[in-house]
Amino acid sequence: MGLPAHAHADEDLPAWSLAAAAGDAIRLPSSWPDRVTREWAWGGSTGKGVRVCVLDSGVELDHPLVGTVQRSVAVTKDADRTTIADDDSGDLCGHGTACAGIIRSLAPECELTSVRVLGAGYTGSAAVLLAGLEWAIEQGFDVINMSLSTTKKQYVDRLHELTDAAYFRRIVLVASAHNMPVESFPWRFAAVLSVGSHESPDPFAVYANPQPPVEFFARGLNVEIAWLGGTTITATGNSFATPHVTGLCALILGKHPELTPFQVKSVLHLTAANVGSGP
Amino acid sequence: MSDLRAAVAAGVLGAEDAYRSLLRATVEVARAIFRAQAASVFLLDEEADELVFEAVAGRGSESLVGQRFPASTGVAGWVLVTRQPLVVDDLARDARFSREAAESTGYVPRSLMAVPLLTEDEVLGVLEVLDRPADEPFTLADMDLLGLFGNQAAIALELLQRARRARAALDGEGELARFAARLDQAPEETRAAGLDLLRALERLIAP
Repeated sequence: MGLPAHAHADEDLPAWSLAAAAGDAIRLPSSWPDRVTREWAWGGSTGKGVRVCVLDSGVELDHPLVGTVQRSVAVTKDADRTTIADDDSGDLCGHGTACAGIIRSLAPECELTSVRVLGAGYTGSAAVLLAGLEWAIEQGFDVINMSLSTTKKQYVDRLHELTDAAYFRRIVLVASAHNMPVESFPWRFAAVLSVGSHESPDPFAVYANPQPPVEFFARGLNVEIAWLGGTTITATGNSFATPHVTGLCALILGKHPELTPFQVKSVLHLTAANVGSGP
Repeated sequence: MSDLRAAVAAGVLGAEDAYRSLLRATVEVARAIFRAQAASVFLLDEEADELVFEAVAGRGSESLVGQRFPASTGVAGWVLVTRQPLVVDDLARDARFSREAAESTGYVPRSLMAVPLLTEDEVLGVLEVLDRPADEPFTLADMDLLGLFGNQAAIALELLQRARRARAALDGEGELARFAARLDQAPEETRAAGLDLLRALERLIAP
């Protein structure tokens, strides 16, 4: 696989400069209202037509809270190469299933794909994660949920390149912040949408953080999540705040498929519970 | 044997005990702060893909130290692979978890807080806190506190592992290391006499 670091979505666009008369040729329509509300942003949307990828521990097939999973693949690693193949072994620890269930609860008609990068041993896990992310970007998903991170410094540069590549390919990458005193990635990068937890029970409530690197807070306390064996359980963690934002992004893109990650971020900011007069 | 080597050997042997005490103190404080029934630190044995009870406070206590269970599944596996803290309530609803917990520790918790023990480059294990008071709502501030404890426990665990590696490096000189430790702890006069004897021995065997 050889994904260029900075791929352009449309090669016809001027890449490095813009001639005086060329501005009209790339005129972009804007239908944004004077005040962006939740109703404008995602009212009536079910996430239909939006392709969401859950980069995680796999997803349990046929869990009632998850429903149909369009495709499941697993990334594995032997001595020095990674392999990606279709996989029906589900979810070893339950984390990916929990995330998928939350996304589904917000965006019931989005299309879900599971990429398993966690769970098969711990050595080389960062390489597996990178291979999975690279594959997901190549597939051109609309939103990628990453309720995970790596602390391995030697992978930071490549991870940075990949998150930038996703950004320029109009892929919204939503990543969990670490609520621990450790340096981890990719949530610290500006090209991703990073998420921590708030204590409100409203699944649609997002707070914009005036003090990044955590950019948004979403529901992460006492969340009813999908648990292995078709069951549910109550749990707390940033892992659950992240798929709430992923679900919201799917709703927004279902209604406004033309939006770039920068614009999706702006919509989330403008509809945040703590911005302006609120939603 | 030089004074330096004796000092290293004595330090290594003493350090292992000291770091184990530090780890135990950390889980005891975690248990007290969260007013929980129990708290434990598990060390990841990556080769065996197992978690080992390394320190326990409260229910189960020392009888559990050294016990092993699979690392890839369940709540601990979740925390290990995702490197994210997790708090779960109503665990009794998970029949499989309850059965596994009962089999491995004899104690089935109602709620569980777990945090990964991370260094810059690897995950060392998991800190778990079982059954905080049921009538106290859990807050995100508690979650942050758990993360801080995880960081402290990770430092203690890393030091303990380093001491064990150093001890393994001294293996083969185990007799000498033990002798050096004893000498180090002996009363001043005995220690001085012992060192005199060692110097004489050194002159005798010197080429």
